[in-house]
Formats: sequence, C-alpha cells, structure tokens
Amino acid sequence: MSRNLVRTIAVAGATALTLSMVACSSDGGDAGDASSSIDCSAFSSYGDLSGTEVSVYTAIVSPEADPYIESFKAFESCTGATIVYEGDKAFSEQISVRVQGGNAPDIAFVPQPGMLQTLVATGEAVAAPAETESNVDEYFSEDWKAYGTVDGTFYAAPLGASVKSLVWYSPQAFADNGYEVPTTWDELMTLTEQIAADHNDGLTKPWCAGFGDGASTGWVGTDWIEDVLLRTAGGETYDQWTSHEIPFNDPAVVDAFDTTGAILKNDDYVNGGLGDHKTISSTAFVDAGLPILDGTCYLHRQASFYANSWPEGTTVGPDGDVWAFYLPATDPDQAKPVVGGGDFALAFSDRPEVQAFQTYLASADWANERAKATTAGGAVSANKGLDTDLLTNEVDKLSVEMLTDDKTVFRFDGSDLMPSAVGAGTFWTAMVDWTTEDKSSEEVTTQVESTWPA
Amino acid sequence: MAEKFGQMLLAIVVLVAVVGVLLFLASLARGKRGDVVRSLFFVGPTIVLVAVGLVWPTILTIVQSLRGASGSGALSFTNFATIFTRDDLRQSIGNTAIWVLLVPLLAIAIGLLYAIIVDRTPIEAFAKTLIFLPMAISMVGASVIWKFVYEYKPTLAPQIGLLNQVLKSLGFETQQFLVNGPWNNLFLIIVMIWIQAGFAMTVLSAAIKAIPDEIIEAAKIDGASGWSLFRFITLPSIRSTLVMVLTTIAIAALKVFDIVRTMTGGNFGTSVVANDFYSASFTQNQPGLGSALAVLLFVLVSPIIIYNVKQLREAY
Repeated sequence: MSRNLVRTIAVAGATALTLSMVACSSDGGDAGDASSSIDCSAFSSYGDLSGTEVSVYTAIVSPEADPYIESFKAFESCTGATIVYEGDKAFSEQISVRVQGGNAPDIAFVPQPGMLQTLVATGEAVAAPAETESNVDEYFSEDWKAYGTVDGTFYAAPLGASVKSLVWYSPQAFADNGYEVPTTWDELMTLTEQIAADHNDGLTKPWCAGFGDGASTGWVGTDWIEDVLLRTAGGETYDQWTSHEIPFNDPAVVDAFDTTGAILKNDDYVNGGLGDHKTISSTAFVDAGLPILDGTCYLHRQASFYANSWPEGTTVGPDGDVWAFYLPATDPDQAKPVVGGGDFALAFSDRPEVQAFQTYLASADWANERAKATTAGGAVSANKGLDTDLLTNEVDKLSVEMLTDDKTVFRFDGSDLMPSAVGAGTFWTAMVDWTTEDKSSEEVTTQVESTWPA
Repeated sequence: MAEKFGQMLLAIVVLVAVVGVLLFLASLARGKRGDVVRSLFFVGPTIVLVAVGLVWPTILTIVQSLRGASGSGALSFTNFATIFTRDDLRQSIGNTAIWVLLVPLLAIAIGLLYAIIVDRTPIEAFAKTLIFLPMAISMVGASVIWKFVYEYKPTLAPQIGLLNQVLKSLGFETQQFLVNGPWNNLFLIIVMIWIQAGFAMTVLSAAIKAIPDEIIEAAKIDGASGWSLFRFITLPSIRSTLVMVLTTIAIAALKVFDIVRTMTGGNFGTSVVANDFYSASFTQNQPGLGSALAVLLFVLVSPIIIYNVKQLREAY
C-alpha cells in the first residue's frame, strides 16, 4: 500500500512537472523553430489538442526507440498534444498484467497478432476510429489490415514491419571464392555443399545459426521452419497450419522440418566457428552471424533487423562487409514467399487525442517522419505511402522492395499467429529439443500438437 | 535528476507524516483498554497488509489454478493433471527435487567443513571473507559470472570459458557444460552452492563458537577427540542451527528461478517449477496453469516452513 502511495505521488509529481515543462516550451523559442521546419498543414484535421496527453507503451527501448520519439515531434508541436513514451523490455509479460489491472496505457505497440487477439479478448481495447481505418485502407494491403482485425472489427493499424526471409553473407568472401548468390533452393543447397567441400578445416562451415535468446530461446528456429514451409507447401497450407485447420504434425510440416534439418542438423553444414549442430540453441542469436566477418561461416539466415547487430564499423550494403540476399524459393518463377513480422498500435482509450494519434500513426506522414528520423536502419513499413528515397539504410530499401513486390506472397510470422502456449512455448522448446537432443521431426511436431490449447 | 530527488523527498515526507499521525492517534488512547487500542494501531496495518498482500492473493491464486489453463474457465483439476502428465513439466518437478536435495546438503557440508577447518586459525577472518563474498552478489550477477566460466567454443577455436580452457590445456575436448544433460543441472546447482555455502559457513561457525569451552574441555578429559568430539559434542550442540540453515537453503532451492532463467532459460532439460510458473503465467498466456504451478510450490514449501517453526519453538 505504501508503495502504491509513493507511486501515486511520483506519478502526480511527474505529471505536474511535465505539464509545467510543456507550458514553458510552448511560449519559448523551441516552438518557433519547430513550426518553421515542420509543415503543420497535414495536422490541421486533428484539431487543437493542447494540454492533452497520450501514453504509449512499447517493447522498443533506446536506442531503437529514439527514432520513434523523434518521429512524434511533428505531431506534438503541431497539435499541442504530448506523447508520453514508455519502452519496456518486459512488455510482453507486463502488458496483460497492466490491462487486467486497470492500468492500461492509451496505446500499446503490440508486436504479434496473437497477442493482439488476447488483449482484445480482455474487453478493455477499443476499436479503431473510422479515420484510422480509412488511412489503413488507403496505405496498407488487405492482409496487413486483416492482422489488425479481430472477429471482423478493425482494432489496430500496422506500424513497422520486418522481413525475415533474408540470408546474410559477405560479398567480399563470395567474390574471393567465386560463389554466386543462389536464386533457387537447389542452387542454395549446391552452394552449401560447395562451401563445405572448399573449407574442410573442421571449424569453417557454410552456415551459422543461433537460436539463443534467454528465456525466448528457439524463436529463430520457428522462423526457419516457417520460411521453409511457405516455400515447400505454399501459402494455403501455411494458413491452415497457423490456424490449426491441419494438425501441427501434418506431413507437410514434418517435411519442412526435414528440409530445414538437411542444413541445420548436418554437422558438415553447421555451425560455422561455433561447433556442431548442438551449439545452435546455446548460441545467442545476435552473435550467431558474426563468424561471417572472420570467414568461419558464409551464410546466416536472419531477419532485416539483424542489420543492427553487426559490430560498430561494419558497413552493410551490396559492396560492404556484409549484405543479405533473399532466401530463395523452390521455384522463383511462380511466387516469392516472404515471411515477416510487424507491430500494431492498439488503443485502450477513445479520447479524441488518442484517436488522432492512432490516425496519425496509420498515415503516410508518420511512416515518412519515422524514415527521416531513422538513420541507423529499421524503418521498414508495409505502408504504401512510404517514400523509399527517405530510407538511408540499404537493408531497409531491400526489405521494402520485397514487401511491395507484386510476386511476393507475404505471410506473418507463424508462431506469432498461434496461441502463445504454442507460439511462445512448446514450439520454441521443440526447436531446442530438435537441435540439442536430436529428437526427430515427427517426435517434436507431435509433442507440440499435443499441447495445442483446445 | 533533481526531479527524481524531489519526488523521493516528497515521498519520505508523506511517509513520515502518515506514521506521525498514526502515532499521535495511538497516543490518544488512554485508560484500561489503552494498551489494546495502542497495540492495534501498530499491529493493525500489518494485519491489513498481510491480508491484502498475501492472504487474499493466495486465495485468488488457488481459485485461478482450478479454472483451467486460462484461469477463467469452469472448476476442474485439469491444470494439476497437466502438471503431472506433461513430460517437460514432470521433468521440472524432478529437477526441483534434485535442487532441494543437493543444494542444502552440499552447501552445508562445504560450509561446515570450512568452518571447522578455519576455526581458530590465524587466517580465519580472511578465509571466511573469501567464502562469504559470493553472498554479496545477486543471483543474476553470479549466473552471468558462471556463464562465462562455462562458456563453450570448439576445441580448435580460442577459448573464452575458464573451465573449457583448463580442459583444452589438459588435452581434452571442450564441453558444452550448460547444454549436455543431465549434468547441466549439476553445473547450475554449483552456482547456488557457491552462493549459499558462505551463508551456511557463517551461521554454523557462529554456532560452533557458541559451544561453551567447559563442555569441550570436559569431553576432552573424558577422552573424546577428533571425530568423536565432532560427532558427540559439536553436532548435537549446533543441531537447531543446522536445521535452520538446512530449511532456509532448502526453501531457497525450491524457489530457484534467477539462476535457471539467466543461464539456460529453462532449456536443455534444466527447467524448474518456478521458471515454468513464470513462463506459463507471463509469456505463454496460461495464467491458470501458472497458478497451479505456484500452488504446487506453495504446497511443497509449507511442510519445510512448518518444520522450521516447530524446531525454532523447541529450541527457544
């Protein structure tokens, strides 16, 4: 009780201070500068929101959060509203506690459609206003809108996106060895064999992989399976699998596990510079690709956001130290399967300033503001209004290209669509058991199937 | 900075004011029943806080554990059935049992042996400081340190981990200490023992020093020495302290969470009940199952606490 009291006092104090700071800055010189550089005409439809506050709760912490906070500035200075940004690494554990405890933020950036459904099911979330929905209709494709929709009601506009179907490599190492970027799955496997044959020193392997991420260990493996399944079985089977219309241990899925296992469970092919295939689950995913730099591995399948994991001074680009190619499809003439992720802005309040902010986040203006503010990379969005010239990062450009390609068959990260008991539980552990305990594909998929919530 | 400091100051002032008002109200009570009223003013807040913060949540947790995996369904025992039928959860219970068995026994054995060895030697203070130091490190900090000690690299590559470098220098293959089961459990348990042995040593050493010199002298005159002195004089004299240390460490081992979470995340067959409880409740969205695991922990800890309290009552 005393702690609550302290918190109440602290919050009250903080609010008072923030308010006084806002009051100061509005008549100070800052506002003048801001209004001269920002064109406020785009914000006129939001009206005057002076003195209001919108709290935002996200999993994105500094330094990744800085471009977000920066991108809200235009909205803040033109409408007068204050965005209170709170980044928390424990977001996914804390958000339902806060919502159920009656302490929901105005807007939460939800990173998974599955979690979105859970949060909507609490009854505390509010449907998106018509203005937000019309923005989403205008700037996003139907499937992206569908991920923010629960039971036919549209709740949350997509924010950022990431592309997972990428293989990182060193253009220099490829050139030195005369390797070419593969365009089909068969070519990828031939290249893998080639590298294994060329570098037979016991330490160098074609691939490096790492599933380790503390208590979330295993999610990298689920991405592998999803990427391969979308290639070997197609979008329809993928959808049936994520929605449990076919069992988790369907032959198509077992087949995808085996196809993946041909790389990940072959000690001749993994784990470059790190040991045998049993090291995959104990290697942190952020470190797993680094052997590319010292030449002990050549290929590393990881999402677009891996661009930020390279050590300081590494240039990322087609002619840089590291670059990425599209994880090839089995038959690239037919379709271009892409697995990706994204986050969504879910509101728990329908105050006018919250709705205005929601609408702003769904607009092309915001996507471009964020692109301008993001200098280190990571400003990918499925927003069609995004001006790709604003993207400074090569990987971002590549990702947006992949997302907007007409041949692209996009699917959301499957484990994020499944119930969290599976998607953040047994599917993860299955990937660990599959690699470290050498359990068979049938064994682990059947294990997951048995834990699917009724 | 100044803002935070101001808030803290305000909080302290408010706290002092509240306590002051309570004390003032208590002092108003006079007469025959004054003592009762006054004591109520002091005990009352505690009773309220325990009820609101401990008893009520316990009841809610028990109810939630009986309402299916979601914690909001119909009354049933499905969660407890799940715990005892799912392979991974059964393994967690088994692992927890290993922790409760090994940590107190080994920590006490090491602590006791150490206390006896360094007793009345010239370097006693220094030696005790050495083994007590790990107590000052948080569980998470200790886990991070030991993770580096166990770090694995292939035998051919340069080593980072101390233990694997030793193996490599001796001509052995390097090992994945945290991955290869079931031994990885043992390597996690070592971390807890490393932390708890200092606590056991300190308390037991104090108990040994509290044995009156006359008793030891009398025993020596009677011909006791070495082992028999330890077996018939020292051990019975420190029995109640031993039980207290044993139960304290056993409870800590039952609740172990930080070490497992930090070092393996519960993977590779090292999960324990507390870790599964956290994962089920907060990452897998199965609060009912999480509550059931919490209730299981509660049931397992209770007999140890009851035994502990009984022992303390008999001792004093």
